[in-house]
Amino acid sequence: MTESAIVTENLVKKFEDVTAVDGISLQVKKGELVGLLGPNGAGKSTAINILCGLTKPTSGSAKVGGYDVQRETAKVKALIGVCPQETAIYPYLTGAENIELFGNLHAMNKEPLRKRRDMLLENMGLTGDAKRRTAKYSGGMKRRLSLILALIHDPQIAFLDEPTVALDPQSRRAVWDFIKELKKESKTIILTTHYMEEAEELCDRVGIIDHGKLIALGSPEALISKRKVKNLEEVFIALTGRKIREEV
Amino acid sequence: MKFQRVLALTKKEMKKTVREPAVLFMIFLFPIVFVFAFGASFGSVGDGQPAYSIGVVNMDQSISVNASHILLNALTDTNILNVQTYVDNQTAQNDLSQGSIQGVIIIPADFSQSFASYQAAPNNPDMWTNATVSLYLDKGSLVATQAVPPIIQQVLSALAGPNQQAVASPFSLETASLVEVNAPSMFDFMAPGMFTFASIFLIMIVAQSFTEDRDNGMMKRIRITPTTPTEFMTSQVLSYMVIALVQAILVFVMVYFMGFQPEVGISVYAFAFVLVLLFSLSNVGFGLLTATIAKSSGAATGLSFLFVLPQMFLGTFVGSSLSSAAQVVGRIVPSYYVTDALTSLFLRGAAITSPAVLLDTVAVSVSCIAILAVGIILYGKYYKI
Repeated sequence: MTESAIVTENLVKKFEDVTAVDGISLQVKKGELVGLLGPNGAGKSTAINILCGLTKPTSGSAKVGGYDVQRETAKVKALIGVCPQETAIYPYLTGAENIELFGNLHAMNKEPLRKRRDMLLENMGLTGDAKRRTAKYSGGMKRRLSLILALIHDPQIAFLDEPTVALDPQSRRAVWDFIKELKKESKTIILTTHYMEEAEELCDRVGIIDHGKLIALGSPEALISKRKVKNLEEVFIALTGRKIREEV
Repeated sequence: MKFQRVLALTKKEMKKTVREPAVLFMIFLFPIVFVFAFGASFGSVGDGQPAYSIGVVNMDQSISVNASHILLNALTDTNILNVQTYVDNQTAQNDLSQGSIQGVIIIPADFSQSFASYQAAPNNPDMWTNATVSLYLDKGSLVATQAVPPIIQQVLSALAGPNQQAVASPFSLETASLVEVNAPSMFDFMAPGMFTFASIFLIMIVAQSFTEDRDNGMMKRIRITPTTPTEFMTSQVLSYMVIALVQAILVFVMVYFMGFQPEVGISVYAFAFVLVLLFSLSNVGFGLLTATIAKSSGAATGLSFLFVLPQMFLGTFVGSSLSSAAQVVGRIVPSYYVTDALTSLFLRGAAITSPAVLLDTVAVSVSCIAILAVGIILYGKYYKI
């Protein structure tokens, strides 16, 4: 893997007459946690979909782990773990079965899969519910399980698309702690969120996206001090003239 | 292709089938309930007066008074029977076993002699030479077995002419069956179509499954893993073939205990299950086509009937009492060929290697694989796998 885990150059994605991603250029270093901050519809998820190889960009290029996401998609998929915005889990499977399924899809061996499954369930506080069908899980439990599915194969690069949305404070804190653990393991993480406090708490750098454009990029401290404001919320207001949550 | 992925996805699909009550009902209970309901309420003789193809083997070579020609003309004049003459019984029986004709009449060698004896002394049965006309019927056709004997009997009675005594005539009709079935009933005629029917509702299940997984993000989630489209589709096809096999076994057991016990070898049963498995491919294909058209799971349920109904009404036991025109139209659906092949095997006693069965098998194989391929290609084009 190269020093830059993720590189995008002038990435553009247009859906008919709507430009969802408008010329985003970004470099994410290995082991870095970068937050993409912006209101719903800003283009965060589209950018992640492009980086995962799910969506073809209209123009520009993107490399993940040194591999071109369009031409070397299979290699990219082997490197990454993605927690999508929607809580995508099979309701008729138990928590453990969901995890084992995705471990098998990543061709994990049985014993390492079992150990990592147990470890992740423990870390996310789901051990006691592992044998229950997920249809009976609460929303918070489902989100935590969704995060486990994304990380079961111990990926080098993780894309976490609003992993704490609609979580209760306790569950959100558990997810934050888990993400901090990943950071300690030198995982490269791209996290999208529209929670300012989440970005401030977790991210090395924050990119603010609005109407598909990356309008600011830097550490939370640098962004705040540069505009002489108290927090990222005020940074967003200073940049766009409106509150980030107004459009939520 | 990694078998580990295929197996994991197949196991997942099996668990879904067993654990989701709606799916469980639709796949396993519904066909059984439906078969019972139809078995109890349908099966009546069809409409109107369709034409029946009848083979005639004339053993009567009498020159002086050739009554067999009179009989042949009388049969033709009914306008209900299409009469084909055969030089020997074997050739006629072969065509009967292939479903090409619905019956074979054997005119005995002494038929003209019998006719002459009756003409000479119409009021003195003691002077008659009695003759027996043999009739073999297509046991795969409920309509033919019920409709043809009375027609032949009526023609024979008419041959005796206005001088015939109340009910007496020197000609008797003897029917023979090709394949012995322990307790011939409505089910005997419907059973082959029931096997075909069992897996038709896979169309709906496949369509619902794909649209649901698309709607709730599971399809996207799987696409993010290294799973290839080939691995994914293989797992889906395998899953539904297993389900189709279980459905066929369940329906078979059910109809067996309801009296359908054809005396055919184990190889015929095995071949029948192979046909049902092949047929399940077309249902997966139609399911994918439905999922391609449908924007949501709810819409998929309704749209699936675009494919379910023709397969069901034109190609299974459900359509056995439809008009002959509708049965001709039925040749556009794969289920028709499955039912026809199973009918030939179980009821007509045809061999697996017989032309009719082989032709049906080719039709089923080609059409089902083509439908599956079209389904996969179109679904993959509009919704990435």
